[in-house]
Formats: sequence, structure tokens, C-alpha cells
Amino acid sequence: MVITPYHYLVLSAALFTIGAMGVMLRRNIIIVFMSIELMLNAVNINLAAFSHYWQSAVGQVFAIFVIAVAAAEAAVGLGIILAFFRNKDTLNVDEMSSLRW
Amino acid sequence: MLEAIVFYTLAAFVLGFGVLVITARNTVHSVLFLVANFLCVAVMYVALAAEFLAVIQVLVYAGGIVVLYLFVVMLVNLKAIPEAHMDPRRRSRLGFIVASAILLEVSAILVYAARRADAMPLPAGGGDGTPMTGNTEIVGWLLYTDYLIPFELASMLLLVAMIGAIILARREA
Repeated sequence: MVITPYHYLVLSAALFTIGAMGVMLRRNIIIVFMSIELMLNAVNINLAAFSHYWQSAVGQVFAIFVIAVAAAEAAVGLGIILAFFRNKDTLNVDEMSSLRW
Repeated sequence: MLEAIVFYTLAAFVLGFGVLVITARNTVHSVLFLVANFLCVAVMYVALAAEFLAVIQVLVYAGGIVVLYLFVVMLVNLKAIPEAHMDPRRRSRLGFIVASAILLEVSAILVYAARRADAMPLPAGGGDGTPMTGNTEIVGWLLYTDYLIPFELASMLLLVAMIGAIILARREA
């Protein structure tokens, strides 16, 4: 019962698919954003697993960059959500079809 | 054996909380499940000997980003939940099909890679000649030597994102 990188790859693929499913099936924009965070986490698990496998810390460095980009994405995205909510009073992605109002 | 038990337990928690995040009706519950998911992933990083990454995961993800989500969830007081209104043009079944296609594609890549696993030799010891003393030291060493320019770019990205978020969320004067 040795845990290989393939175990982590399968876990990561499943988590990524859960995130993709959330993006496509939910109508609440905040939950769509959280699903994107799940997908980014799946990528980070891959990076950490291969970093462990190759005994090289470069994968962890890239995971840190992914986390930095995720933080930037969350800040800007949530700012856009707040601005949108103030104008349209809704969080439904189906109603976010206009570029200006 | 212990490694396998730890892995399967953590994997079950990660996937379970992930499913709960996207199925919870209440958005606040969804955010809290996301915190639990991130904490389980952090424990998984510790199991992978990536302690610094685990600390960053707890501090930045579970501490910073999720609190940002909670703020937004509590700032927007919804009169009608988004799920109440359904666009007639929406194709939920298509979403399921596309998500399954993604799973199939990733699985195909996995199977293909597993077939060629023998062609991939395992390196002996440190892969890139960095001094192997402590995880945080190695990561810091890499960040400030080989990856200095991406590191500075990331700091610029965060600054720009911060200014952008302030401008977007500011109330119109």
C-alpha cells in the first residue's frame, strides 16, 4: 500500500471536476468563485505531490505563485461582485449578461 | 500503511467537503465547508513534506481569502436567492455533460501517463542541487534566487489587484 503520485493525481482530478461542476451548475456567483478556488487547490495538490516525488522544492514555489494569483483573483472578483450587486441587486449569473447598464 | 490510511482519510475529507461546498443551499455554510476543505488540503501538504506551503495555505487561504468571501456574503443581503430565478435558456444537463467530459479527459491523460511511467526515472536525492536543510529555507532560497523576477511580478500583481478591488468596491461619490 504505497502512495504514488498517481493517487494524488486521481484525487486532484476528482477535486478539479467537482470545481468545474460547481462553475457550470450553480447560479450563485459567489459559489462559482469558490468552485474556482477548489480548482486552483486541485492544481496545488498536484504541484506539491510532484514536488515531493522529485524531491525538488520548485513545485512548492509555483504553488505559492498560484496562491498569490488566487488571492488577486478573489480580491478583484469580489470587488466586481459588490459593484454589480449595488447596481442590479442580484447575484445570479444568468442575469449577468450585459456588459454595461 | 500509515501513509495510505492518512492519504485515504484526507482524500475522503477533501472530496466530501468539496461536494458540500457546491451543494450547500446556504452560502455561509458553503464558505465554512470551503474553510474545512482548505484545512484538509493543508494537512495533506504536511503529509507531502511541504510545511511552508501548509502554513501559507492556512494563513492566506483559510485566513485571508475565505474571510473576504464571508465579508461579501454578509454584505450582500439578498432578497431573492439566486436559485429562485431560473433562466429558461439555461442547460444544466449540458453542464453535467461538459463536467463529465473534463473528468474523462483528465482520466485519459492519467491513464496515458501511467502507461509511460516506466520511462520516467526517479532522481536520487536533491533534484536541483539546492541545499536540503529545511523546507522553508529551501523554498525561500528558490524564491529569492531562481524565481526572483516572478516573485516581484507577483507582488506587483497583488498591488494592482488591491488598488483595483478598492476602486471597484468603492461607493460612487
